Amino acid sequence: MRTQSMHFKARAGQKLADARLQNNLKKLSEKFVTARAAAITEISDFEGTRSAAVERRNRALEQLDLWLETFERNARARGAHVLYAGTHEEATRLIVDIAKKHNVRKVTKSKSMVSEEVQLNTALSAAGVQPIETDLGEYILQINDNEPPSHIIAPVIHKDKEEISALFARAHATERKTEITQLTREAREVLRGHFLSADMGVTGANFLIAETGSVAIVTNEGNEGMCTIMPPKVHVVLTGIEKVLPTLEDLATLMRLLPRSATGQPISNYLSILTGPRRDDEPDGPEHMYYVLVDAGRTGLLGSEFQEMLRCIRCGACMNHCPVYQKIGGHAYGWVYPGPMGSVLTPSYVGLENALDLPHAATLCGQCSVVCPVKIPLPDLLRKLREKQWERHLRPWYERVAVGVWAFAATRPAIYALGARVAARALNWMGGSAGRIRHLPLGGGWTATRDFPAPSGRTFRDLYRERRSGQRAA
Amino acid sequence: MRVALFVTCLVDAVRPEIGLSVVKLLEASGCEVVVPESQTCCGQPAYNSGDSAAARVLAEKVLREFDSFDYVVIPSGSCGGQIKVHYLELFRDHPDLKSRAERLAGRMFELTDFLVNVLKISSVPSEFAGHITYHDSCCGLRELGVKRQPRALLDLLPGVRITEMSGCEQCCGFGGTFSIKFGDISGAIVDEKCRNVNATGADAVVLGDLGCMLNIEGRLRRTGDMRTRVLHIAQVLAGDA
Repeated sequence: MRTQSMHFKARAGQKLADARLQNNLKKLSEKFVTARAAAITEISDFEGTRSAAVERRNRALEQLDLWLETFERNARARGAHVLYAGTHEEATRLIVDIAKKHNVRKVTKSKSMVSEEVQLNTALSAAGVQPIETDLGEYILQINDNEPPSHIIAPVIHKDKEEISALFARAHATERKTEITQLTREAREVLRGHFLSADMGVTGANFLIAETGSVAIVTNEGNEGMCTIMPPKVHVVLTGIEKVLPTLEDLATLMRLLPRSATGQPISNYLSILTGPRRDDEPDGPEHMYYVLVDAGRTGLLGSEFQEMLRCIRCGACMNHCPVYQKIGGHAYGWVYPGPMGSVLTPSYVGLENALDLPHAATLCGQCSVVCPVKIPLPDLLRKLREKQWERHLRPWYERVAVGVWAFAATRPAIYALGARVAARALNWMGGSAGRIRHLPLGGGWTATRDFPAPSGRTFRDLYRERRSGQRAA
Repeated sequence: MRVALFVTCLVDAVRPEIGLSVVKLLEASGCEVVVPESQTCCGQPAYNSGDSAAARVLAEKVLREFDSFDYVVIPSGSCGGQIKVHYLELFRDHPDLKSRAERLAGRMFELTDFLVNVLKISSVPSEFAGHITYHDSCCGLRELGVKRQPRALLDLLPGVRITEMSGCEQCCGFGGTFSIKFGDISGAIVDEKCRNVNATGADAVVLGDLGCMLNIEGRLRRTGDMRTRVLHIAQVLAGDA
């Protein structure tokens, strides 16, 4: 996916002006936020489970090389191939080569954000292989001219039923349907043909299990099973190297948190744990199984002050609860991962200089870290990215000047007191009798949407000094 | 009990009357209030802009000014969070300063937290009456655990009726310089907050942070709501509202 993160401000502005999108985004708080709040009360010790999940993810990451080797050994023992890709291009080249080797013409895909990251569909199409998205949301986006997802688990959250209904009628050349069940039946009928005629299935991975060499995949639609167990000869798992867990015990802990944090479900409709290709005594499964494990910036976070970001289990809770994401949706962020987790990942993976606004596009309200099932301190990480930008002089000159002038005064109490006194008077005068400023010089960002309540006119330090001398005189 | 007041830069310059209400409240509870004259700002604007060097200089200044008091009270969850939580991070590589910051953190309290959990007051010098709703500011709530305290204090006023708004814990969209850098997003967030305030039918929204206060009041007035008052909890409790 091409990075558009440099245009965050302009894109966010467009999204704010899109009344339909604004209405569709209400689903986030109405559905996900409410459902999660109810779901976390269903387990007796949600906070304790979070702490346990943090420990288990940390254990995996602290010796990631060891667990990857363990995973690789066990996956190979069960007949799977394990390949590593340092870059996006390497990942797509490996998968295109696999497709060529097995004479693949059609690929069915289960949802994978890493496939968005490496732009797999573009690479497959260029190689003459037809990729078919089978997650309903991803399928909708694919038939809408390969529109990118706007959310990591609800890719089509930005659209409403009417838009999808019109799109289906257009793309499928069918009569317009009005009921959701009619629409899903129509999608199912189209996809069934693809499932039966595909040669290869590509899935993501929610987790890799080192001790068994397995992949764990969560879906609600069961489409993953159709991509991997049904006809395809080849199953390719495409995921990031950080997704490994040492044991099935770890998976059990994380699965208590993942669906609850994501959609408020106690458990997803489907959870598949797949281990190697079909064996002789097994009735189904692919003939060949490959893992393509992508680095593409991840080892750069290991051992750094951003390592905690690698704990992320891609539940989407941070964006569901983010006041900024709730107002602008995912497309404004301009790359694969939106919301708070995306504002940390995007600068980390595509370069700080290519995503200047993202670390600042947050109120630092802290709600994301409150709901994160693996307690990633997202506001702290955003602030650390701001520090990196400051150190590298990536912020505009006027910000440096503003902070510099302010810091100069704030460390010199006499100058500061004078400045505060003058500012309080001047702004009070500007507020006039209504006590409100409608246009604030240098603060146009504020006064475009709200008044600035005018200061009372005197500073506290002046009033307090007067009060004290009055008391002494009396 | 000698209590130092950290006024905060916004109270000092924009709403000094809130500082006087805080002094009144503390004195009414028997505290000897001291206001160190050289205080300016906690350094949060620099810290959140990424200029940690400037933030550290200001943090050291705060440590010097407030080291010697039994308690330090601050009428803001945001500045309180900066000092009690983020100073420790700022000084992570400076063990001496970090231990001083830890000592200060243990003695510094957000205003309502101090009144409820340290002074354990059972009455306030106010007869304020009215229908209100309470906005939980982000840092107070999530960094300092301020949730029950302001409500417990408002319960001391028999004439106060509280209707909780939908999303009372949701950010108002202020976010410091965020409100200027991303004014349109900030405006959309505070618009939702104002609609939630209005939906309660309350005559006033009460809160504990100046940033949220200016943001919510500014949006209410811009949209033509001249009726709903926006009050700092110190004003309500001191009888100055």
